[in-house]
Amino acid sequence: MIVAEKKPIEEIIESLKGRKSILVLGCNECVTVCEAGGKKEVGVLASALRMNALNQGEDVRIDEVTLERQCDREYVEEIRDVVDQYDAVLSMACGVGVQFTAETYTDTEVLPGVNTCFMGATEERGLWTERCQGCGQCVLAVTGGICPVARCAKRLFNGPCGGSTGGKCEISKEVDCAWQLIVDRLKALDRLDEFETVFAPKDWSTDRAGGPRKVVREDVQE
Amino acid sequence: MMRSMEKGADGVCVIGCLEGECHYNKGNLMARRRVEQARKLLDAVGIGADRIQMFNLSSSEAPQFVKYAHEMTARIKELGPNPIKKVKSEAA
Amino acid sequence: MSPKTASKLEKILSEGHLAVTSECGPPRGSDPAHIIEKGKLIKDHVDAINITDNQTAMTRMCSLAACIRLKLSGLEPVLQMVTRDRNRIALQSDILGAASFDINNILCLSGDHQSFGDCPNGQNVFDLDSMQLAQMVRCMRDEGKFNGGDDIQRPPRMFVGAAANPFADPFEIRVARLAKKVAAGVEFVQTQCIYNLDKFEQWMEGVVDRGLHEKVYILAGLTPLKSAGMARYMKNRVPGMDVPDAVVKRMADTPKDKQAQEGIQICIESIQRLKEVKGVAGFHVMAIEWEEKVPEIVEGAGLYPRPEVD
Repeated sequence: MIVAEKKPIEEIIESLKGRKSILVLGCNECVTVCEAGGKKEVGVLASALRMNALNQGEDVRIDEVTLERQCDREYVEEIRDVVDQYDAVLSMACGVGVQFTAETYTDTEVLPGVNTCFMGATEERGLWTERCQGCGQCVLAVTGGICPVARCAKRLFNGPCGGSTGGKCEISKEVDCAWQLIVDRLKALDRLDEFETVFAPKDWSTDRAGGPRKVVREDVQE
Repeated sequence: MMRSMEKGADGVCVIGCLEGECHYNKGNLMARRRVEQARKLLDAVGIGADRIQMFNLSSSEAPQFVKYAHEMTARIKELGPNPIKKVKSEAA
Repeated sequence: MSPKTASKLEKILSEGHLAVTSECGPPRGSDPAHIIEKGKLIKDHVDAINITDNQTAMTRMCSLAACIRLKLSGLEPVLQMVTRDRNRIALQSDILGAASFDINNILCLSGDHQSFGDCPNGQNVFDLDSMQLAQMVRCMRDEGKFNGGDDIQRPPRMFVGAAANPFADPFEIRVARLAKKVAAGVEFVQTQCIYNLDKFEQWMEGVVDRGLHEKVYILAGLTPLKSAGMARYMKNRVPGMDVPDAVVKRMADTPKDKQAQEGIQICIESIQRLKEVKGVAGFHVMAIEWEEKVPEIVEGAGLYPRPEVD
């Protein structure tokens, strides 16, 4: 899923300055799972923003709506009838949702309420870690199911580097060395002999480097 | 907690079981974390963290309850009314 | 192995001599005198000099420019190239730039992560890793082709090297890793500096077992310790470094004003011992910011004068 973090409230307050009517728009999917922008978080944030406004002596209307998600038109359309009532929409969705909402309501200011971080998994409640960077050409079959692009700080394809120590990456003791993980996994799968295959340079054209990407499925298009 | 303060409460007192003795195992621990979150937000918007406080005791500790109640009341009296109320009434 | 390039280092190794290389860091500025001075200090005691490439991600004058300075003053440089800062276009481009000055040695590295250096907020590149870089240089040299497939006008004739670390984790794949580098086209390696000679010899046994010493020249890396403090620092704070307690103790038991000399002595003794190890083809003496001691170490280890090759 996409993992995001709440923006500091000070930053949000600053970005909403001068707005008299705000819709805090949550999302029921990824940001709910990582407890950054779901219905609960929307409620707490909206309450804090109302108190802030009251404390400043300002008369600000702050409403709350949480959509199923903000990356599909059918859900973003659900606020069509009310969006004109607001000076700004504070979208608590990931960067995708913020933009998609903004593209749908081009006359309304849509601001981000969270910082979108990465594609990752819930290791345990309260701990989310990165697993995928969307390189567009998945190599997990040959690296024992561990991604060297997302999990190696140098995205080496022929690692580990000389900085790997005790199974940890040179950048931090809290980061696993991806190549140690790969070696361990290949060993467990009895495939350690594959370690000596030299990987050729990656084709990064399907990665961010190639420019904004798209996927088209003509067989399901209308 | 946030709604209460928003509606003008001068303070919120949260009471949970003694840590390690929660009927629901960790409910009191999770509550404490949320109390901390709310306190931080209240500081950030200028209402004041100390208006929300959590106390732990067991249901048989009536005297302790009274003590905490007095403590909380005294603290809130010292802090004065919720600043929102003042602004609201000035605006009215 | 008969030489395939115009490299003086390769020539010395192919004739069966123990080679000696050393290393210099370029200045954190644009003054060329710095590099030329260092080169002069050691030129008669080494066969080639590595120039580091923004080592530990601290921005310095580029390795290529410093190598050109050395080459023009009559020395044999080894161009160190990391893949952290340049994509495959820039890497090939710089290789051709070096080749245009007849710089004949390249050391292919990934590079320390930028978070260690003076621009921790910068991007990193890692379009290729060190092995893919070595493969690419070999292809540029042996097939005369760019990575994209076109022909290169006057291909580079570089002797291709890489680093090897017998002490990094996981230890069990350290020999396999050398085999992989050989498969990628690496012709010589310089190891991380050695303080744990037992462990190094253990690695060499594995290397010789697989016949790798006949496919790649192995230069044992050494760094003289300046003080007990340095020994402790290397032991505890440098990733991939193995400094046995006995070494730290030997330094610590020496009176402070004699520790530097003791460090030099340990270095010389290590070289004497490693000379006898099968598969060791030479030594890489890294005395960064202490280059003036290199002549003493080379002479003390009986490696002076250096062989003459045309």
